[in-house]
Amino acid sequence: MQWETVIGLEIHVQLATKSKIFSGSSTAFGAEPNTQASAVDLALPGTLPVPNEQAFRYAILFGLAIDAEINKRSVFERKNYFYPDLPKGYQTTQLDKPIVGPGHVEVDLPDGSSKTVRIHHAHLEEDAGKSLHEDFHGMSGIDLNRAGTPLIEIVTEPDMRSSEEAVAFAKKLHSIVTSLGICDGDMSQGSMRFDVNISVRPVGQEEYGTRTETKNLNSFRFMERAIKLEVERQIDVIEDGGRIVQETRLYDGDKDLSRSMRSKEEANDYRYFPCPDLLPVVFEDDYIEALKEQMPELPDARKARFVAQYSLSDYDASILSADAATAQYFETVAEHAGDAKLSANWVMGELSGRLNSEDILIQNCPVSAKALGQLVLRVKDGTISSSGAKKVFGILWQGEQNDVDQIIDQEGLKQVSDTGALEAMVDEVLAGMPDQIAQYKAADEKKRKKLMGGFMGPLMKASKGQGNPKLFNEILQRKLNG
Amino acid sequence: MLDKSIKELSEGLQSGAFSSVELTQRYLDRITRLDSRYNSFVTVDEASAMAQAKAADARIAKGEATLWTGIPLAHKDVFCTDGLRTTCGSRMLENFVPPYDATVTANFKQAGAVCLGKTNMDEFAMGSSNENSYFGKVINPWSDEIERVPGGSSGGSAAAVAARLAPVATGTDTGGSIRQPASFCGITGLKPTYGRVSRYGMIAYASSLDQGGPMARSAEDAALMLQVMAGHDPKDSTSIKQDVPDYAAALEQSIKGLRIGLPREFFNAQLDSRIQNILQDAIKVLEAQGAIFSEVSLPNVELGIPAYYVIAPAECSANLSRFDGVRYGHRCEAPEDLMDLYMRSRSEGFGDEVQRRILIGTYALSAGYYDAYYGKAQQVRRLIKNDYVNAFGNVDVILSPTTPSTTFGIGSKGEDPVQMYLEDIYTITTNLAGLPGISLPAGQIDGLPIGMQLTGNYFDEARILNVAHQFQNATDWHTQAPHGIHD
Amino acid sequence: MSFSSDDIKNVATLARLHVDEEKVEKLGQDINNILALVDQLKAVDTTGIEPMAHPMDAVQILRADEVTETDQREKFQACAPATEEGLYLVPKVIE
Repeated sequence: MQWETVIGLEIHVQLATKSKIFSGSSTAFGAEPNTQASAVDLALPGTLPVPNEQAFRYAILFGLAIDAEINKRSVFERKNYFYPDLPKGYQTTQLDKPIVGPGHVEVDLPDGSSKTVRIHHAHLEEDAGKSLHEDFHGMSGIDLNRAGTPLIEIVTEPDMRSSEEAVAFAKKLHSIVTSLGICDGDMSQGSMRFDVNISVRPVGQEEYGTRTETKNLNSFRFMERAIKLEVERQIDVIEDGGRIVQETRLYDGDKDLSRSMRSKEEANDYRYFPCPDLLPVVFEDDYIEALKEQMPELPDARKARFVAQYSLSDYDASILSADAATAQYFETVAEHAGDAKLSANWVMGELSGRLNSEDILIQNCPVSAKALGQLVLRVKDGTISSSGAKKVFGILWQGEQNDVDQIIDQEGLKQVSDTGALEAMVDEVLAGMPDQIAQYKAADEKKRKKLMGGFMGPLMKASKGQGNPKLFNEILQRKLNG
Repeated sequence: MLDKSIKELSEGLQSGAFSSVELTQRYLDRITRLDSRYNSFVTVDEASAMAQAKAADARIAKGEATLWTGIPLAHKDVFCTDGLRTTCGSRMLENFVPPYDATVTANFKQAGAVCLGKTNMDEFAMGSSNENSYFGKVINPWSDEIERVPGGSSGGSAAAVAARLAPVATGTDTGGSIRQPASFCGITGLKPTYGRVSRYGMIAYASSLDQGGPMARSAEDAALMLQVMAGHDPKDSTSIKQDVPDYAAALEQSIKGLRIGLPREFFNAQLDSRIQNILQDAIKVLEAQGAIFSEVSLPNVELGIPAYYVIAPAECSANLSRFDGVRYGHRCEAPEDLMDLYMRSRSEGFGDEVQRRILIGTYALSAGYYDAYYGKAQQVRRLIKNDYVNAFGNVDVILSPTTPSTTFGIGSKGEDPVQMYLEDIYTITTNLAGLPGISLPAGQIDGLPIGMQLTGNYFDEARILNVAHQFQNATDWHTQAPHGIHD
Repeated sequence: MSFSSDDIKNVATLARLHVDEEKVEKLGQDINNILALVDQLKAVDTTGIEPMAHPMDAVQILRADEVTETDQREKFQACAPATEEGLYLVPKVIE
């Protein structure tokens, strides 16, 4: 039987506000446990929430970016359940009247096609704290620094049909929220967390299969793996005559395994009701209009501009425009290098390879965009060869030096581009290679190209690697074909 | 000295007739000597009170005193007090010392008042008799041959003021918890408009109904307290940004031409004829001053108690979830696992009535019942509010009984909680609508005090205080004290 | 609406309250009495009536995004039943 996968996502995005959604505590990551947990965050008796305007601004910006309806009147509700990382015994969230209504996101797929993913809604809520499972005499430790960090939870329609589509959508969403500046996008620290609802159905069947939810995936790679694994599991179960149980699952990225979550087995009854400590939040049209004016450039617009302004291919433009930091980095490199295509190749090639392998965000790149631009300029104007440039890049990466020209001098990487000197070297080398010359002259056009390499080796050696290969090639062509 | 008004005490302090240290010591001595009879205080911190009194005397000596400088008062134990144990009448918070002040207690501190201690109350403000306190029941100072309840939940504050163990006290009112004990103890108690007084640091029972207010011997003292308590608080999202008028200044206005409504649904055959007669006498007093009476109708008020017993438990079921034995409060011995920690800490920490209301509220919000209970009650709440809005189209103030009877004997309501709930029939709709209400002594039946209730329009506290003050100018019910409380 | 002892146990579990066996019956009776009182609401026609969550028709005032809190961990944990290394301790959390 042919199976079709159906995927819907719920994405928790931590908003980049300075303070929490209902208190004046800092949201900074990495503080000592419970040093950023105020009386309100700890739910001490009698404390009350006061909402942060910036969280609403960010949520509205997101809504505008996905062409969604903004609900001018939104209401907070209490979602009741007991958990040690939830100090009030309820999460303050939105249900019936979320701030962002239905919208949509256009996603470019790896095969070059594109797809619309519908957004059901996005609502504001507070994050929970963390349970640390290190053994404290058989106990767990609770850190409430994260409790009350503002989140938007984005809920999609079940519009994705493969892990590739889901990942492409997730990346696009990452690109939108980072471009808006409403989230730092640092997934390793939980700034964006994905819950994936997965079901399968025979191709052609209209009704959905029973779905499972895999919670808290915090990398694109894990998300892709978790989906593939779950789809395989579901198909195996059904084909073996079993039934899919609606359940919450947990994916362990290190072991590449998923399992059912025990603690969620008990039927949840969240007893939502409007939070009586908070009043309806109301925005007028002109408030929303003013935010529209402040919208930064979004990935789609930026991609179109990259194609038009820098004559980049669609593919290059979509990669470079995806997140605001990469886009800005690329534009600075291109500005200093004066060659967009060459800059694009360096940013997408050498640079992103190195960033990926060392797991560093472009924001924290040890090579400044200006320095890389300077390096690309020196490749373009022939001062250094591309292999020399890689050596310079390696030195820049160490982070101790940033003057490209100085590094070229110090490493003796400058190419010889003096045609007189190069011509003399060619004459000297050719004088010692009569047999090869005869072979070359006897060969046809196709074979000649191959044989040309036989002269380049000795030439580079004679010039101690500093001869400009392009010029050597021109001189050789002239001498041998003339 | 014990019968002096706040204004008189302030004048005495500032003229040097007595010091705050003397005044405070006098009250502390009375508490030590007499409160074993009433059990109106849960916590008294003599050292702290005396230190505050000394500081007040120093300010008075420097000429920096204001009206409240050096005046002792008591706080209901629902208001958090920085460094002073706050129990909410519960075993759950038996050892809880808050690291912050409620806005109300901070305001009195700021005004220079001296905190004598924290008064007893029904656990988490749930009750109408003060029999639900982990720290023991409170005895009404007016008790005759039988021990009588002070009312609740602010029964400790009411008893303390009636017994002259404190000149004034704060209270809170969710369904009648200031006004009913005020009626039972022969004092004056005001529940302000919802949102008039900050709820920050006031341990929540039912957030959309709770409101702090003054409990005093006169409308004048209540007005001076409200002046300190009222106002917008950026820490309470539900407190309303609205100017606070000069309540004391409004007291002396004439009530000539004032329109007062008498709700048909409250003045019916069920109303005890003796209370009926007392209210008729009160009406004559006000009529003599030029007030004009007419009948009004509040057709949905009889639904107040049913609506309240959905809304308040629902809110309380969520508000009390934070008491889980993790960050503060009672924690059971050696919990086996998380579930055991929650279940035992909570069922050991909460008393029966609190647990009953949590269960009712949990049920009313649970899947499949929300619309029938919570949704319906919220709709009925609007019907009740609309009734009042319509009535206030024709009258300025509504006069009614506060309670269906005078204080009853301890244990006399039996085992069925519903009998106790019916106590709040005249007060509960004011909370549902969010309106201000005051109860003031209007007479006595068999030597026991009984209050009448004045309900005002939104933010019209000044008006009901004005009417109450004018009534008190013409009568002396509010100056009567229970026997055996004087030195 | 009658409230059975199973209902009580389910609701008590949701509310994280332990109810002693010998108390279940009395509690069930109390709750049934309260529900009988509350059931008066069912007879009321509320068609088209907007539920009222707040007495006032006010709207929320929002706060500026500023960090106003400082670390008070020591003070806040002074009233905590069990802490270690700045963490609140609870029986092992199993996901």
